[in-house]
Amino acid sequence: MVEFFNRIFGRQNSGATAKERLRLVLMSDHLSLAPEMIEAMKRDLLDVISKYVQLDRDKVDVHFENQDDALAMLANIPITGVNRNSGPKDDSGTGSTPPQSGSTSKKKRKSTNTPAAAT
Amino acid sequence: MHQLKSDAQPAPVSLGRAIVITSGKGGVGKTTTTANLGTALARRGASVALVDADVGLRNLDIVLGLESRVKHHVLDVLEEQVTLDEALVRDKNSPTLHLLAAAQTREKDDVDTDKMRALVQKLRERFEYVLIDCPAGIEMGFKNAVAGAQEAIVVCTPEVSAVRDVDRVVGLLGNAFSPQLIINRVRPQLVKKGKMLSVEDVNSILRLPLLGVIADEPDVIVSTNKGEPLALRSDSRTAAAYHAIAARVAGEDVPAPTVTQKESLMDRLGALFGGRR
Repeated sequence: MVEFFNRIFGRQNSGATAKERLRLVLMSDHLSLAPEMIEAMKRDLLDVISKYVQLDRDKVDVHFENQDDALAMLANIPITGVNRNSGPKDDSGTGSTPPQSGSTSKKKRKSTNTPAAAT
Repeated sequence: MHQLKSDAQPAPVSLGRAIVITSGKGGVGKTTTTANLGTALARRGASVALVDADVGLRNLDIVLGLESRVKHHVLDVLEEQVTLDEALVRDKNSPTLHLLAAAQTREKDDVDTDKMRALVQKLRERFEYVLIDCPAGIEMGFKNAVAGAQEAIVVCTPEVSAVRDVDRVVGLLGNAFSPQLIINRVRPQLVKKGKMLSVEDVNSILRLPLLGVIADEPDVIVSTNKGEPLALRSDSRTAAAYHAIAARVAGEDVPAPTVTQKESLMDRLGALFGGRR
């Protein structure tokens, strides 16, 4: 009966709410329990991005946030220059595009669904 | 009948299985599960030792109705005050079931992990099953309880807090212990109404082999009141669920666990008027 009314009024049952909340909290738990993994991912991520643009690695901020129905990875990566040929760059730093004043930041959003095994 | 002649060496002592019953969160039914699983295994004829590792908060004895028979406890044995035989209490209902009680007036940090591991090993030489009732938490008490075990049974209730804690404990156990799951205190009618996490919900999150499901029934409380594990009975659905778990632990191929509960008149009326899916 309750379910019937809930369907009419579009209200979600608390069981489903519980499941959804658990899914999200466990993803955060697993991430917070695997700091080395996060560091490794951050490194790989920056390595890939720096093939195309120059960045200020010291000012990079990567963190995770619960956003409504998903866990989001938010990355704030200050870009100091763009590689002309936009191909993979050598590290010679010849990208001559002047650094933009202020810093353009690139936001990445990524939802994860698979709980990783915690350590 | 002739005895078979054999020139073989005396058979190597086959070790029993040491299984820790754990959960992270307190109050989910670890002790009740330990008492009932032990009773159910003993009813199958197996020799079973139950170890209460909840030092400082001894409870397994009272759930089994053995509180007046406990004279010595696990720390007495670890500290070699008494022998193992002096400390083991034989169950009053199941002759093959034995209890090693926890110390009530001591602390969890008093337990020496290596000695605990050695004690469990010694029990494995004498019993087919050694069930270790783990304290709540993930601190020293948990570590000591887990020390001698090769397998783990995790007890979870369909609540967000319990599921999260089981997830954490399973993470701490790592790849060892091949943890299996018992979902306790399920209320099928609430599940049907969508007001409780279902068995499938819980296990879609935890993804563990499902050992059994126990419904939240009054007879569990009644049996604890009396100090007579429900698994002694044969006329209760909950007892049947414990026996199925014991069979599964023993390696029998038992049909997948389900959970049923008697429907009340209100539920049936609700179903009639509301329509259900």
